[in-house]
Amino acid sequence: MAEPQDSTQVKTEKEAKMLDIYVMGKHYQVPEGLTIMTALEYCGYRLIRGCGCRAAFCGACGTVYNFKNDPVLRYALACQKLIEQDMYLTQIPFFPAAKPGYGLEKMEPTGEQILKIYPEIITCFGCNNCTKSCPQELEVMEFMSAAIRGDLEQVTAKSFDCLMCGLCAARCPQGLVPYNVALLCRRLHGRYLTPHSRHVDERIAEIEAGKFDVEIEELQKMSLEELKRRFDERPILKE
Amino acid sequence: MPYPVYMEQSIRNVEDTRKRRLKEELPRIPVGERMPVLQEFHPDFIETSMRELLVGPNKGDRTPNELADLLEGNSHIDPGKIDLTRIDYDVDVLIVGAGGAGAAAALIAQENGANVLLVTKLRLGDANTVGYQGGTQAADRLDDSPALHYLDTMGGARFTADPKLVEALVKDAPDVIRWLEALGVNWDKKPDGSMAEVALAGEAIPRCHCARDYTGLEVMRVLRDEVRCRNINYVEFAPAIELIMDDKGQVAGAVLVNLETNELSLVRAKAVVMATGGIGRLHIQGFPTTNHYGATADGLVLAYRVGCPLVDTDTMQYHPTCAAYPLAILGLLVTEKVRGLGAQVLDIDGEQFAHPLEPRDVLASCIIRECKEHGKGITTPTGELGVWLDSPRIDMIHGEGTVAQNLPAMVRQFGRFDIDITKEPMLVYPGLHYQNGGIKFSPDGATAVPGLFAAGEVEGGVHGKNRLGGNSSLDLFVFGRRVGKSAAQHAKEVRLGKLTLDHVRQWQRELKKAGLTQVRPISPKLLPDYARQPHDYLADYVTERLHAGQIKVA
Ligand SMILES: Cc1cc2nc3c(=O)[nH]c(=O)nc-3n(C[C@H](O)[C@H](O)[C@H](O)COP(=O)(O)OP(=O)(O)OC[C@H]3O[C@@H](n4cnc5c(N)ncnc54)[C@H](O)[C@@H]3O)c2cc1C
Ligand code: FES
Repeated sequence: MAEPQDSTQVKTEKEAKMLDIYVMGKHYQVPEGLTIMTALEYCGYRLIRGCGCRAAFCGACGTVYNFKNDPVLRYALACQKLIEQDMYLTQIPFFPAAKPGYGLEKMEPTGEQILKIYPEIITCFGCNNCTKSCPQELEVMEFMSAAIRGDLEQVTAKSFDCLMCGLCAARCPQGLVPYNVALLCRRLHGRYLTPHSRHVDERIAEIEAGKFDVEIEELQKMSLEELKRRFDERPILKE
Repeated sequence: MPYPVYMEQSIRNVEDTRKRRLKEELPRIPVGERMPVLQEFHPDFIETSMRELLVGPNKGDRTPNELADLLEGNSHIDPGKIDLTRIDYDVDVLIVGAGGAGAAAALIAQENGANVLLVTKLRLGDANTVGYQGGTQAADRLDDSPALHYLDTMGGARFTADPKLVEALVKDAPDVIRWLEALGVNWDKKPDGSMAEVALAGEAIPRCHCARDYTGLEVMRVLRDEVRCRNINYVEFAPAIELIMDDKGQVAGAVLVNLETNELSLVRAKAVVMATGGIGRLHIQGFPTTNHYGATADGLVLAYRVGCPLVDTDTMQYHPTCAAYPLAILGLLVTEKVRGLGAQVLDIDGEQFAHPLEPRDVLASCIIRECKEHGKGITTPTGELGVWLDSPRIDMIHGEGTVAQNLPAMVRQFGRFDIDITKEPMLVYPGLHYQNGGIKFSPDGATAVPGLFAAGEVEGGVHGKNRLGGNSSLDLFVFGRRVGKSAAQHAKEVRLGKLTLDHVRQWQRELKKAGLTQVRPISPKLLPDYARQPHDYLADYVTERLHAGQIKVA
């Protein structure tokens, strides 16, 4: 049976292992199995900054940590990273980077365009701190090189899962903002470089011409019984 | 944290039946036969989970206890202490909430000539929108049609949706897709340019547009960037805590609070758009939720207090498949796209018990029945129940690499806990996902109270008592854009009178008349209370709260 067979498998209070952690230098004990975020709450912190989706989508909770006897900084999303013994935690708020304004409609999807908006990216000297700090494990330096080369396709593919948590920018010694550069590349790619979807245009034109109005009105006017029948009998396409 | 040893046998069952299940398809439950399983197992039908409202425009209507408490709550402010002549922001259109609906409304309102202020509780885009994965419906395939989309939506809603709202939804849909693409959203496409569309539950044909399983992220970061590029004025960490009215009965602004310093500021606006999203963080009936940290039903409370009726707030959507294991990601949404691509839902023996693409209310009920009545669920070490979602079947159908390419977020999220969903199934259970109903509004976004508009998850009627996957993200862009236009238009025409907070005083009198004078919860709630309180500091916190569900939050 897929149930915990005996009490050793069910974690009760007494059995839940308590771990020592240090929040901004102060010692706390928290039960094993919490994330950095829920551990902070367990310690009594009410989060305002640094907490959004709580599910690895929004990038609000990018954080750094190290260990009592190991000063090397590690990077993570606080909502995903599990607490470990002797972790040193701190809450770093997201600090927004300056961002130039632009209007996509007046731009071209080229490398020159990217360099016009973000000329400083050529100062990247390849230290790779950005890649090391990415909690999504993206090849940040590689997509920055692709941006410098003007290969928007590559930037889009490699940066697609970027949450814009800001850790790469925080660690860049040149003050570059990889997540904003990649965003511009992806937007230009989405608008100009993906193959055109003609069927969407056609459908919009049909709707504007009123092609479906009669059918929808008919559905709106029919009796509930009839509508239910139509629903049950509608063909379901399998692909 | 791979699966515990005692689950191995059950996982082997899943593997053993997989080959046979490749061709196996269970029938769907016909519309007329859905009610029994819903009535017995859907959380909405638990009598004691709801109560009748005693005050306000929906007096007498039933709604979940957690929401009722807040709707009947008292204000954060003392109207006597606020000087309405000291206005901090004076604008045409105030938009409350910067998720997808708010951002879309802001862009369109500005395009229509309005001076816009966008205020939000957390950061710009910290919202349910950023987490949506499965995609956005739009009937743009030539073998599909908006009429079929209409029929699917009505049927999914058990025929309780508002026909005019649904018509607007399905007819605007293809243009929403094109609009987002022009802003730079990268939709998944086939090499010939046609959209790569997936069928979610209750859809007769593949209709969902996605961007891997980071659809909401892709859309939200584009909209956020555009809001910044167009220099739309926005204020973060500044939720609205009360609406301001004028002496002509029109909504005319809002009181904001700085979440960190508690300083209040006042906005006068000719039109106010409510775009505050959902309710998940109220943890209705103790369910874990997929929603973001700020989803606490604020917009419902604010609108209700100025006399705006709500609809269908007696139903919540429990997403059938949220992570049940590991505890750290309990309640995490496992997108319907996983089932859309072919994953089946299985019991402890590795057998199917329901069609994986039943509408959400039906499938959630079937899963609860399988676990609670048939005893065929799997229990986790912390006592959660779950059933298997067989993700490896996807690669068997569509070829190796499909899961990795189409579901990178899911692969990564389970991978962080050493579960490889390309090879192992996921353990799932229903979680609180979506507020089906909300503020009653019309296709142009107007509500019953002049000057107040609504768009997105906060409004109701579009989905009746059950929403189809992919229709909410569509809803927020369709009505976000519509509302941007109407609010800007309204701002051009309206003449505001003298500002007042009399409605708050009036509300307090009503509470008293209804006998609700004892200490009321203060609402809107703004954020859930997850910080452990000092008094239970030493107590058996782990058993009491970890296991009682109060910190079952991921
Ligand atoms: C994990 C997840 C997956 C989903 N998947 C899908 C899917 O695949 N397809 C689909 O169609 N739908 C999906 N949905 C539903 C859909 O994403 C949401 O319903 C939709 O994004 C809501 O958008 P919104 O703009 O109305 O609200 P939100 O995006 O939630 O934005 C509301 C904003 O208002 C702010 N706010 C709240 N209260 C206040 C206040 N008092 N003052 C100021 N600001 C305030 C919030 O902080 C937030 O920023 C999903 C939802 C979730 C949570
Ligand atoms: S809170 Fe959104 S990524 Fe962690």
